[in-house]
Amino acid sequence: MMKDITLGQYYPADSVIHKLDPRVKLVGTMVFIVSLFAFRSISCYILATAVLVVIIKISRVPFQFIVRGLKAIFILMMITVAFNLFLTPGTPVFRIWKLTITAEGVETAAFMAIRLVYLIIGSSVMTLTTTPNDLTDGMEKGLGFLKRVHVPVHEISMIMSIALRFIPILMEETDKIQKAQMARGADFESGNLIQKAKNLIPLLVPLFVSAFRRANDLAMAMEARGYHGGEGRTKMRPLEYKNRDKCAYLLMAVYLLAGGLVNYFVRF
Amino acid sequence: MAIKIERLNYIYSEGTAFRKQALKDINLEIPDGQFIGMIGHTGSGKSTLIQHLNGLIRATSGTIYYNGENIYGEGYSMKELRSRVGLVFQYPEHQLFEIDVFHDVCFGPKNLGLCQEEIEERAREALDQVGLDSSYYRKSPFELSGGQKRRVAIAGILAMHPQVLILDEPTAGLDPRGRDEILDQVAKLHREQNITVILVSHSMEDVANYVERIIVMNKGQVFLDDTPSRVFAHYKELEGVGLAAPQVTYVTQTLKSQGWDIDTSVTTIEEAKQAILRAMS
Ligand SMILES: Nc1ncnc2c1ncn2[C@@H]1O[C@H](COP(=O)(O)OP(=O)(O)O)[C@@H](O)[C@H]1O
Ligand SMILES: [Mg+2]
Repeated sequence: MMKDITLGQYYPADSVIHKLDPRVKLVGTMVFIVSLFAFRSISCYILATAVLVVIIKISRVPFQFIVRGLKAIFILMMITVAFNLFLTPGTPVFRIWKLTITAEGVETAAFMAIRLVYLIIGSSVMTLTTTPNDLTDGMEKGLGFLKRVHVPVHEISMIMSIALRFIPILMEETDKIQKAQMARGADFESGNLIQKAKNLIPLLVPLFVSAFRRANDLAMAMEARGYHGGEGRTKMRPLEYKNRDKCAYLLMAVYLLAGGLVNYFVRF
Repeated sequence: MAIKIERLNYIYSEGTAFRKQALKDINLEIPDGQFIGMIGHTGSGKSTLIQHLNGLIRATSGTIYYNGENIYGEGYSMKELRSRVGLVFQYPEHQLFEIDVFHDVCFGPKNLGLCQEEIEERAREALDQVGLDSSYYRKSPFELSGGQKRRVAIAGILAMHPQVLILDEPTAGLDPRGRDEILDQVAKLHREQNITVILVSHSMEDVANYVERIIVMNKGQVFLDDTPSRVFAHYKELEGVGLAAPQVTYVTQTLKSQGWDIDTSVTTIEEAKQAILRAMS
């Protein structure tokens, strides 16, 4: 059950990428995605590929974990590729029935596919190397300037981190209750749709009861420890840029610059 | 020969970073009618092992036979197995969902496809076995105390008339009185119905008074499997795996080491008292 969770699927390992400040990783992911859509030549994509491969190597996350996220977008990718392949006007190279494939279509479709795949891989590297808590911390700090226009940044990130924290707990709880009811002969598989929905009652009622109980306990525990929102609250581990983070920002700038130069000067 | 486990291995989250071998090469035989205590430190694999016995978890490798039949064999009915091997989970009160106690206990027998009369008959009988009278029938499970909820949940399994009853830490979180009541009722069930009972616990004190055989688990393996007095004789090794023999074992062992001629195989306070009196006279 646990292995199916894709949200906040952190892969623990000891690497520089894991240790980077979450803000750096958020910005880095953003930079990488923007670069993917700005790049227009094969040589640029060679550069992007090289950077991605090096980052994955450094992060020590096995390749199979990173490509797992691709399964989810497979259908979306197929549709995008098909649209680009058949609907781009230009010089025809191939004809099936009423559909024409153009040289330009093939090119756009290929670039689109690469962009989507790299986009997923790039963001997977971020979520795999950053704990959900760090991620929300990074967002809270990174978006701190929005507080001035009265966006409750702290509250939103607190809600997010609690929600993320509760996902695995509720998954585990679901698993337990499901098994407990199966031990009493409950059947969650057979029957038609209505029957199946009805069979879920023995699962859903205890699950809601437990979720409310947990939420209540958590609220009580937070209050008992003096939680009163973000005002004046300090962090146990405040986010601070270290030298490696500054280096990372520098490398990002170098990457963008290199990409721009290649895009401009190399003619393929 | 009721249950036979052969070379059982189980691995959680195989093929991920969270891979965890929870059970290693388990071989056990559980004859009909035995009252067994299964003891082990938290995380030793007790809950994982017992969930194999009614097919809720499928072994990574190895075989389990119930009454001589391989439960992983083709066409073997897991539903049937689950009605024969009743498993009461840890904190079973978290599974209650019906509008009242009586309906909740009916859930199990209803899933067996029995007729309404039989279902209600069994529910009444099961609630009686756990010591809840008809004044509780129409109460919502959510307004009961922790101990009462737990008894309702146990009744929910008993109503299915299992031949093997497995209880996973049935006394966790109960006060001493609630603990003794539940354990006494389980012992009575074992005596009167002659069913096999497996009592999972991490406390020797809990099971010492009741069971005829103790299986000690450690790190996913069977560490000891013997009668209580012979298991407690290994009290030094038990400490090594995060467990302890009952207090009386320490008392008698200390007396013996100080030169008393005393029987150290006693397991209950009453037996210890007799042994000490004998040694003194
Ligand atoms: N659903 C699960 N997913 C992954 N690992 C688990 C799961 N349940 C238990 N484990 C692991 O398996 C081992 C045995 O657990 P368990 O059978 O619950 O032990 P016990 O009941 O003796 O405390 C523990 O190390 C535990 O962390
Ligand atoms: Mg357990």
